[in-house]
Parts: sequence; C-alpha cells; structure tokens
Amino acid sequence: MSAIICRELCKTFHQGDQVITGLDHVSLEINEGSFTCLAGPSGSGKTTLLNAMGGLDTPDSGEIRVGDMQLDQMSRGQLADMRLHNIGFVFQAYNLIPVLSARENIEFVMQVQGVGRKQRLQRSAEVLAEVGLSGMEDRLPAQMSGGQQQRVAVARAIASKPKLVLADEPTANLDSKSAAELMALFEGLNTQRGITFVIATHDARVMAYARRLISMRDGRIIADEQQQPRAMVL
Amino acid sequence: MNTRLAIVATLAWRNLWRNYRRTAIMLLTIALGVWAMIFMSALMRGMVDEIVRNGLQTLPGEVQIHHLDYRRDPSVVNSIAMPSGELLEALNRPPVTAWSARVRVPAIVSSERDSRGVTLLGVAPGDESKLGSAPDKIVQGRWLTSPDDKGVVMGASLVRRLETSLGKRIVIMSQDPNNEVADRGARIVGIYKARLPGTEDIFVYTGRTVIQKMLSLGSSVSEIALTADSYRTVHSWYPGIVSAAGGELEVLPWTELDTFLSAMLGVQDGFALVFMVVVFLALSFGLVNTLVMAVFERVREIGLMLALGMNPGLVMGQILLESLYLLLVGLGVGNIAAYATLKWLEDGIDISGVAQGMEMMNMSSTLYPALQARDMWMSTAVVICLGLAASLLPAWRASRLDPVAALAKN
Repeated sequence: MSAIICRELCKTFHQGDQVITGLDHVSLEINEGSFTCLAGPSGSGKTTLLNAMGGLDTPDSGEIRVGDMQLDQMSRGQLADMRLHNIGFVFQAYNLIPVLSARENIEFVMQVQGVGRKQRLQRSAEVLAEVGLSGMEDRLPAQMSGGQQQRVAVARAIASKPKLVLADEPTANLDSKSAAELMALFEGLNTQRGITFVIATHDARVMAYARRLISMRDGRIIADEQQQPRAMVL
Repeated sequence: MNTRLAIVATLAWRNLWRNYRRTAIMLLTIALGVWAMIFMSALMRGMVDEIVRNGLQTLPGEVQIHHLDYRRDPSVVNSIAMPSGELLEALNRPPVTAWSARVRVPAIVSSERDSRGVTLLGVAPGDESKLGSAPDKIVQGRWLTSPDDKGVVMGASLVRRLETSLGKRIVIMSQDPNNEVADRGARIVGIYKARLPGTEDIFVYTGRTVIQKMLSLGSSVSEIALTADSYRTVHSWYPGIVSAAGGELEVLPWTELDTFLSAMLGVQDGFALVFMVVVFLALSFGLVNTLVMAVFERVREIGLMLALGMNPGLVMGQILLESLYLLLVGLGVGNIAAYATLKWLEDGIDISGVAQGMEMMNMSSTLYPALQARDMWMSTAVVICLGLAASLLPAWRASRLDPVAALAKN
C-alpha cells in the first residue's frame, strides 16, 4: 500500500520580480515501510516536496495523499491535526524546544495529542533507550551535543508511533560519526518497526543508506532508482 | 485537554524566565503601576472619606428624621415629637449605633461687645457624643453634662469674635412657634475647637430641655439624627427606619441631605477607575513590546511547534498565558507593596503645609489613606483585562506564523 501519493504537484515562489519553480508537475508514490531519499542540490525542490508531503506547505496545484487523507483539500487546522497524529519530523536544525528537557521534548507531541502522563513517561523511556540516550532524560538541549539533540528529535518523531517520518537534511549539522550513528538509527527503525522514512538530503553518504533514491533538479524528478543500501563510510 | 493545557502552561511559565532581565523589568513596571493605582485610590478614598465624614459630622448623622415641612421651612413650627413605639425600637437596635434628638434653630448670640447669627443646638450631650457630632475638642471649661444643662458651649473663634471669654454671660435670642421673640441669658461653660475652624463660628450648644423651655416646644425636637457607622451602605438599612417612622415623618439619607457629598463619592469611584486605566495604558506599551520581542525571538521555536502539529489556538493560548503569568506576578508584588506602604502610613500623612487650602475642602491637615479591598480587586481586573487585550495581537500573530517560513528564519 502507498504511504504517500503525489500527482502533478506544482509550486512556485516569488522573490521580488523573480518567479522560482519549487515543484514542476511532480508525481510519485512512496510505499509503506520504504526508506527513500530525495536527493539533489540546493534549490532542487526536495525540501519543498518534503514539506508538501508533510502538510507544511500547500502546493499551488496537484493532488497529494498521505495514507487515506487528501492533504490538498485540508484546512490549516486539519493539516496540523494530520501532522500531529500521523507524521514524525526531524529537521536540519533547531529541532528541540529549548526550555524542555529531553524527556519533555519527546513527550511534547504525545502531550499535545492528549496522551496520559503514565503512558507518556513509559513511552519516552522506551524511545530514549532505543536511541541510546537513557540517563539523559532531564538534560536540556543546551546541555547536549548536536548528535544527541538529533537523537532526541528522532525519539520524539517516533514516540507517538507515526506511520511516516520525514527528515530534512538531518545530518547537515553533524560530524561524520554522529551522522553515521543517526543514519544507522533510521535504518534500524525502518527495518525493525516498518516505519516509512523519507529523507531530503544532498549528502551522498546519507543517500547510500536509501533503498530508493529519487533525484531532483529544478523542481522535477530526474531519476528514480532502487538501490542496495550501503553503510556510511566514515 | 488537561495534558494540552499542562504543556502550554509549562511552556508559558518557563519561557517567561528565559530572559530574566527583560522579565524583571516588566514585572517591576507592572508592580509599580499596580502600586500606584492602589496607593492613589487609597489616598483619594481617604480624602473623600474625610470630606464625607466631616460633612456627616456637621450634618450630622447618616440619616435624619424631620417634620414633612422642615426642609422647606426649618423653623420651630415644623418640629416633631420625641421618638416612641416602633420608631424608638428601630433606633435602639442594629444597625443603628447611635442617635440624637436635637433642637436646631437659628439664633442670635450677643455678648456685651458684639452679636452674631449662629445655629443654636439643644442637645442631649451623651447622645451627641455617641453620634460623633459633639465638638472635637473642649479647650477651656467643659462639655455639657445633661439635657438640662443651662450652660452654653461655643467655638473658640466665635468667642474671639464676640470678645468674650469662658465664664462670661451671653444672651441667646430666637423665635418661638408663635413668632414671638424668645431669649434667655446663659453662661459660657465650655469653649471648643473644631477640626474645621469654620464650624466654630456657627454652632452653639446648650441643653435640649433648656431650649425646649425657652421656645415653648414641650418635648418636641427639630430633628433626629442617627448613624450606623457605615455611610456607604446607608441605602441598605435606612428603608427600615422609613417604615418604622410611618408616613408622617420625612426620613432621608445623607446622600439626599447633602447631594454634594454624595456626588463626591461617585466622582471618587469614577476617578479611581479612570486613573487606573490611564496608568495601565501607559505601561501596556511595555507589555506589548515585551511580548512582541518574546515572539520575535522564538519564531523558529513557534514554527517548530506548529510543524509538529500544535494547533494555532494553543500557540496563541501559550503567549496569552505567558502574559497572564507576567501580569499575575506583577499584580502580586504590586498589591503587597501597596498594602505595606498603606499599612506604614495608616497613622496619616501630615499635609499641614497646605492645611489652609484643605480646610476649604472640608479636610483636616492629616490625610488618612483608606485602603479598600474593592480598589485592589478593581486594579486587578483592570490589569488583567487590559493586559490580556494588549497581548491579543502579538499572540494572534504568533499563531498565524507559517511553519516553513518560521523554521527557515535565522
């Protein structure tokens, strides 16, 4: 079954007098449980496509479905609700809320969902252990390294058991070792839990982990390849 | 819903303290504004309280009972009987704390040197003292001892004008119900000084029975003045006196007897509210600026929360709650500071430097601030309502941020 279906997505941006094409008639389907990378240089449209998939940005035209939900027909509030209950996000930077501890950041989405305290505590402990950060529950983001912060962000993204995790340049601000650890974590969650991952990146080492590599340029898909994932070379 | 409120409350409280210095400055500003609101209200209330109380002392009483025609023609013709029956019972039970039946007539007082027009009061001195309308301070001689006391007690200023002194005799002259001149000699047994020197020239006291005999009134009196020591709540209890008095007597509260005094109270309440609103409007600019800066500095964080699926309404609620916390802490500090200041000043503020001017306003040279809970509640309501109103725009703008654009900000 398809986790995401995009049909003829178009999106343009205006910068002064300039019109920039973000997406140019992009169509694709992403299966459940897949590990997909959207690859391309800056300005290729990969982040725009990722944002559209996540309901963060509304395309000018086209159709987009996540599961059985048609995103292009949803209101702002409905999109927020859809993101809350269905999608986990990992951003390039500034992933965590500075005034909340690691545990509280992980619990944030669950708390907004309305999950009870006992359940949240249990789940946050589980995912912290899963990402290898047991014992760091009460640390604030400022007290953690970049890699640790990204791990907490991943923990938050999976804590509410979403079907889909969207990551935008998750390793961009990490050193090689942290990046490799993060990608190994993604891979493990994908293979063991069946979570669908879509990662936008221009880092070839990250692309190596993907089983499906979609290359983009100037808002169009120029290549869509299945590949054997390889471990990141440090 | 509780878990959502809990996270919003946690974020609001912790975000408040992210910039200690800015929060501290804003708290100080709010506290100072609240302190000023309460302090000035208490000061104004104290001033008006004193004006009203002095006025009631002169009136006297919070309620007065007269003949139906007395106010139109305040002569001895329109006298009333001493209270009895139901009226007497009503006067002798709560909430009434004191009452005095008095004869009050215009008269001429003459010494061997001069004559003056005065208001002659025939009183029962014990009742008059309980009512609070006895002279403030006897500086020479004594106060009257009984309703039969034949002596007179006069103001120091009047004694000076008449060029007489304690122990000397004066002649009192007035008009009886038959329009005949009635007069008698009396000895000055006491000289008083009043808080309001002007009253020293007006009121001359003697025993009630003495005047009743002089004017052939029998046991009739001009008025009955009563008090329950709560001039602000007179309208809640005086109808009971009206019904006890029956339809043959006129019973009026002080608000109708002295409409100027009544207007003073209304002006004071209105002025206090206006003052509070003006003070808060001035400090609301600081509050709005603080929130705008707080939102500006947290654009990416707000974008993150929106991206993660937080409802825009919750984002707005978080900013408003942050503002509410700021207001509540400021209110707490301001209220405590105001209470402490007013407690420290409860013995009064000496303003004798401008005492002459204050006398014209029926006030003494010591100002007693009067703190009332309603002033604290009113300042709280003004601060919270206007504060949240001022916070609406920055909170709304935060909720309308585009997550993608917000996350992209440096």
